[in-house]
This record gives sequence, C-alpha cells and structure tokens, in this order.
Amino acid sequence: MSGTVHTATDQIKSTVPHPYHLVTPSIWPLFGGVSALLTFTGIIFAAHFGDFIVLAIGLLSTFTIMFLWWRDVVRESQVPGLHKIVTQVGLRYGMALFISSEVMFFVSFFWNYFNYFFYPATMGTAFAPVWPPMGLHTIDPFAIPLFNTMDLLLSGTTITWAHHCLLEGDNKGTVQGLFVTVLLGIAFLCGQAWEYTHSPFPFYHGGIFASSFFIATGFHGVHVIIGTAFLTVCLFRAMAGQFNPTRHFGFEAAAWYWHFVDVVWLFLFVCIYFLGRSAITAG
Amino acid sequence: MSFTAHDPHEVIAPDHAHDAHGDHGHAKPGFVRRWLMSTNHKDIGTLYITMAVIGGSVGGILSMIMRAQLMYPHNHIVTNGSEWNSIITAHGLLMIFWMVMPALIGGMGNWFVPMMIGAPDMAFPRLNNMSFWFLAAGFVFIMLGLSIGEGTGAGWTLYPPLDNIQYSPGIATDFSLFSLHLAGISSLLGAINFIATILNMRAPGMTMFKMPLFCWSILVTAFLLLLAIPVLAGAVTMLIMDRNFGTSFFEPSGGGDPVLFQHLFWFFGHPEVYIMILPAFGVISHVVSTFSKKPVFGYLGMVYAMVTIGFVGFIVWAHHMFVSGISDDSRVYFEVATLVIAVPTGVKVFSWIATMWGGSIEFKTPMLWAIGFIFLFVIGGATGVVLAQAGLDQELHNDYFLIAHFHYVLSLGAVFAIFAGFYYWIGKMSGHPYPEFWGKVHFWTTFIGVNLTFFPQHFLGLAGMPRRYPDYPDAFAGWNFVSSCGAFLSGASTAVFFYILYRIFSSKETLPANYWGEGATTLEWAVPSPAPHHTFEDVPVIR
Ligand code: HEM
Ligand SMILES: [Cu+2]
Repeated sequence: MSGTVHTATDQIKSTVPHPYHLVTPSIWPLFGGVSALLTFTGIIFAAHFGDFIVLAIGLLSTFTIMFLWWRDVVRESQVPGLHKIVTQVGLRYGMALFISSEVMFFVSFFWNYFNYFFYPATMGTAFAPVWPPMGLHTIDPFAIPLFNTMDLLLSGTTITWAHHCLLEGDNKGTVQGLFVTVLLGIAFLCGQAWEYTHSPFPFYHGGIFASSFFIATGFHGVHVIIGTAFLTVCLFRAMAGQFNPTRHFGFEAAAWYWHFVDVVWLFLFVCIYFLGRSAITAG
Repeated sequence: MSFTAHDPHEVIAPDHAHDAHGDHGHAKPGFVRRWLMSTNHKDIGTLYITMAVIGGSVGGILSMIMRAQLMYPHNHIVTNGSEWNSIITAHGLLMIFWMVMPALIGGMGNWFVPMMIGAPDMAFPRLNNMSFWFLAAGFVFIMLGLSIGEGTGAGWTLYPPLDNIQYSPGIATDFSLFSLHLAGISSLLGAINFIATILNMRAPGMTMFKMPLFCWSILVTAFLLLLAIPVLAGAVTMLIMDRNFGTSFFEPSGGGDPVLFQHLFWFFGHPEVYIMILPAFGVISHVVSTFSKKPVFGYLGMVYAMVTIGFVGFIVWAHHMFVSGISDDSRVYFEVATLVIAVPTGVKVFSWIATMWGGSIEFKTPMLWAIGFIFLFVIGGATGVVLAQAGLDQELHNDYFLIAHFHYVLSLGAVFAIFAGFYYWIGKMSGHPYPEFWGKVHFWTTFIGVNLTFFPQHFLGLAGMPRRYPDYPDAFAGWNFVSSCGAFLSGASTAVFFYILYRIFSSKETLPANYWGEGATTLEWAVPSPAPHHTFEDVPVIR
C-alpha cells in the first residue's frame, strides 16, 4: 500500500479543464464579517446599555448581505455550464454537513435539559430533587403543543407533495404545496407565540426549568423562522419557474432543513413538553 | 463522485470552457480584489497565516509579561489580580484560536489541501473567505475583551461563576464570549468547506487511500470541528444568556448547575486539543517522509490511527473534571478511555520512527523541527498518561505539572509542527528559499528556550505550585527563575524568525518546482515555485 501513496510524480498531465465552478472575487464575505461584528456588538450594547441602534444596523446589513450573496448564487446557477453535476454534489455535501452541525447545536440544549431531567439533584440542595421542579406548573402538552406537532407533521407531507409535483414537472402543484407548507410554518409560529405570551412561568429569572424550556424551544422557533423564510424564497423561485425536474437543489436544501426542524420538534415535544410535564398543567 | 461530468464539447475545446469560468482569469487581481474580495485558496491561506503571525505575536508578548511577573517572587510588573487574569485568559484563547488553528488549518490547510488532491480551489471559495473575515472580526473582539475595563478574567476555560455577571460585570467578558462565537462560526464554515472539498474534488485516480496524510489529517480535524464547535456555541450562548438575559443555566440560585458547563466545555475542549494536533501530525508525516527519502511507514495504519484518535477524542472529556465531583464510576471510565488514546498515538510515533529507520536522513531545518516535535510530543504524551490517572490527577490537577503537559504537546508540539511546515513549504508559497543557517539557529534557540521554560514546570507542579496565580512562595523561586530565562530565550528566537521572514521576502533567489528532490512526492511539488495563482485548471490524472 505504502508504495502507491504520495504519487505526484506519477501524475499524467491532461488538457481536460476542471468541472468546478470557481467564483469571481466578491465583497460579500468581507461585508458578512463586518455585519457579524456589528450584530454581536449590537447585542452587547443592547444588553448593557439598552441601546438597540447598532443591533438594528447589524441585523439589517446581515440580511442585506445574505440577500445579495444568495442572489448571486441563484443567478450563477441559471448560467448554463457553471453549476455542473460535481458542483451540485458539492452543494449537497455542504448542506448536509451544515445540518449535522445544527444537530450538535441542539445536542447542547438537550444535554442541558437531560442533566436536570435525569439528575435533578444537580439543581442543588435548595431544591427538592424532582423534575420538573417542585410546585412548577408546566404547559399542557396536549393543548397547543400537540396542535403544533400535528401542524409540523402535516407540513412534512405538504413539502413532499411539492417535491413530487416538482419531479413530475407539475409546477402549479409545486407552488401550491410550497404555499401550504409556508402557511403551516406561520401557523406553528403563531401557536408558539401564543404559548410564550401565556406561559405559566416567566422567562426572566424564571429558574432552570424556564431557562431550559425557552432556550430549546426558542432556538427551535428561530429555526422555524429561517426554514419558513427559506421555503418562501423557494415559493417565489418556483413561481418564477426557476426549478425543473432535474435541477432544483435549492428546493431540496429547504426541504432537508424543514425535515430537520420537524424532527427536532418531535424530540422537544416528547422530552420537554410530555416527559417534563408537571402533575398540574396550565392550559 | 465522478469526474466524467463535462460536456463533450469541453474536452474538444478546452479554451472555450475556460471562458465559462468567468473572469477569475490568469492575471492576478489588484490589491482590493486580491486581498479583500479573495476567492483564491492560496491568498486566503496567506491571510490566515498573517492572522496567525499577528495572533501569535500578541499572545507571545502576553506570555513574556507573564514570565516577567513570575521571574521573581512578589514581583509587581502586573499591577493587580484582574489584570493578571485577563492576560492569561487572552494568552490562552489567542494562541489556540488565532495562532495554532489559523496557521495549521486555515493557513497550511487552505494552501495545500486543494493542491495535494489536484483540485483548482476549495469547494466554496466565497465561504472560505468569509471564514477568514469572521476570524478577523473575532480577533477584534478578543482584543476588546482583553483591554476594556478590567478585561476578561475567567481563564480560557471560561468556567462559571468566574464569568457570571456578579464577578465579571463589564462588557469585556461579553466581547470575549462573542469572540468565540465568531471564531467558532469561522471554523465551522471552514470545516464544511474542507470536508466538501476533500470528498468531492479529488482528481481522477486520487482515491481516498492514495490521499496524502496531511489531507487525511485535515479531513478528520474538520469532522471534529463540525461536531464539537456547535456544542461550544451552545455552552457560550447559555453563558451569555445567564449574564445578560436572566436565565440560570449555570446559576445555582435558580437551580442551575455550574458543573454542567464544564461537561459542555470539555465535550468541545478535548476534541479541540486534537483539532490542534492532528494537522500537526499530518505535517510531520510529510516532512519525515521527505527527509528520510522513504514513503511513510504504515500509511493505512496512520490513517486509521487518526480516525481512531478523532473518534475516541469525543468520549474522554471528563478527564478534565476528575476533581469536579463526578462519581467514582465516571472517573474509572474516563481514566480508562483516556488511556486508550495513547495506543493510536503510539502507532503514529512508531510509524514516524519506522519511516526514519534505515532512511538516508537529511537534517535540513524542517526535519530538525519534525524530530524536535516527535521528541517533545512524546514527553507531553507521557505526562498526559500520568494526568489521566484519576488518583494522581487529584494531586496534579490545575498545577504547573498540567501546564507543563499541555505546553509540551502544544507549544512544543503543535508549534514545532507549524515551524516544520513553514520551512518545508515557504519556498512553495513565496518562491524564495529560507536561509538554512538561520533556520537552524531558530530551531536550536527555540528548542533550548522552550525546554528551559517548561521542563522545570514539571518540578514546580510536583512540588505543589498551582496555576493561574501571579505570585508564589519563595520556595518556588529557583525553578521559576530558570523558566523565565527560558521564556526570554524563546522570545529572542522569535526575533530570529522575523529576521528569517525578512530574508525570505527580500531574497532574489528562485527555486525549482521540487526543491527537496526525490523524497517530496505529493502533488504540490509538481507545480512551479511559487505556486501560480491558479493551479490544476486542467485536471491532473493520478495513476
Ligand atoms: C496521550 C495523549 C494525552 C493524554 C492521555 C492527555 C491527558 C490529559 C489529562 C488527563 C488532562 C487533564 C489534567 C487536569 O486537568 O488535571 C489534560 C489536560 C490538557 N491537555 Fe492533554 N492529554 C493528551 C494529549 C494532549 C494533546 C495532544 C493536547 C494538545 C495538543 C493536549 C492538551 C491539553 C490541554 C490544553 C490541557 C489543559 C486544559 C486546561 O485545563 O486548561 N493533551 N490532558
Ligand atoms: Cu483532554
């Protein structure tokens, strides 16, 4: 084996040009870095001084850069010969890896939750070693959370409906499927907003259960917002006729992301809402 | 993945197909387009290496201040405890995130992974550039974290309650925490890019098991980053929320558990130490093989050893928490699991020795650094095995023995590999040779300096001197004095390094494509020195 590695001298020069898409120089990456710097500075200023201006500028420039950068990508993908198969495969790798890292991000919040779920004594001697904490009223899992579960499961089927239409060249069906999925995403977010505003425990200084609950469901909610935005972009792209049965990776990436968000919710529903419910729950 | 995806007309008329790639043409772009808007893996690699030089210089100056303070007992160079704490915190974070990682992964990884696999660039060139700018933004943040008000005094491990709002009320700590978010996003995007590049863009014939070991090391490193960094991001997010938004993840008053932070941090932190050392392993394999004029002994074993280290690295984290109140059973498990890592690590060391065995070894500067690496890394690994004994660690945890351990694997391990790689590849990157004599001076002054610095710290630790204090009883004075002298010698050796940089970039000499001769067999030696702006525009075919 070792004789066959390190084989530069064995290379054969060819005149076959590479099949990759090498992009032209771009200013978006630098602006992206500056936007991140502004956004994070803005969070710090908002938290310490109640000053939201930097944050607003940071977020605005972040969204602008995202829009302009991805607009470039979409335009390039429309130029024949730029995104060959190997580039499309590369994008798939990229999205799959990104979702894997997102899974690990949620692992940290579930780890936090299970730390107390399995070892309630880690709450310290001031608290009775039970989970959820003694005397806490939690949210009834079979009210809005169950509705939201059904909502997301249904949206998983409508996105598949859109995908099948796309594969069959039925663009009208694709648009319809996507439209319904986006509506379901928005419905989920409304349910979540209602639940947050009527929560029996406060977020601020609400103790460890509230912290764990809000960070896990809150970051999930952020991902639903991102996923819904992603699907909305796909909806407009479908209406503009930019997808065809063989080339529609933008759609597939959105669908993968949506399924990921869906699966995270199922874990949240089972582990936090259901297994973490107290004897008396607030509707 | 197949490379047969070209349209037939491209094979017939390659010049036309080139036009389709847009205006990334053959002329080098102007300054702004080249350095602020880059989509070229070599230029981005150069940016990363520049970042590493800057980060290493600032981190190095901080370490000189620390050793000056510790040179004599009851010194007052550092005026108060929180100043001391912010210096040690920034030193650790800078050296890890803004020196070792950008040098090995962002710098050498960017420069050589695409070339070694015969690809024209990274998979996502714009993303590649954004990784760099996030790191640069993070550097701004860490410097703010060091310098605003009282600075950040929690140590690089950021344990609560040291960095909660009660003990670190200033915004400096928030800047430091967000600097980790920025550096983390940077590494994460970089990791995605490396994995996609290596899996998808190898030239025809460059199968996974023909791929040079440096690429393997970066691949495994990238997977560690992909899975470990998000957990750090989660933990840092919880810290920031506890500080600013009234949560109680790590606040006992609200039922939170500070030890949970240690779990989350070290679930990232232990893989992180391998993130720093695996690319170093890759570099050393190439250097040792080149200057022994032999292929690496046991290539497959080397690959599997790295994969094993990467995997086991995820399940040993609590060996950093032997005295954090974890149960006896956990301690037994984490002790044994940690010791298991010594096995694949041993495989690597024996392979390097076997590669040298019977080879006609040339002691050029890169080889000196590589042999220095092997020697010093083995010492660091041995003290790691000592620390992995939960019982012994009860005594040794958080004292200077631990400091000696991780400096032997990092500032004498990873850093030696960085310099090995630097001298090995600088001709390929710059087109000019380094001055051999001064390279050797640099090596020997560093070698003596760092050993003088860190070897006595074993004795200090065994005698009971704790880490992270700016002062100590008179009984520890002797070895501390020796240690500081060594540190100043290594500081002086850095001046030699800057002189060498000057010599290289003012040199008029040129180099052939393969200036190391028969031992250097990877693809980067097939392209001219310096490597042209674009390499492998036509796919090479590997037999
Ligand atoms: C055979 C391999 C190794 C073993 C068995 C080992 C074992 C250990 C143990 C048990 C500790 C915790 C000691 C304590 O906190 O009391 C430790 C700390 C540390 N190790 Fe290693 N180690 C090994 C290799 C490495 C490598 C390769 C690196 C980095 C390149 C490294 C970097 C560190 C660092 C930075 C710390 C200190 C973290 C801190 O508390 O600030 N180790 N090691
Ligand atoms: Cu460790």
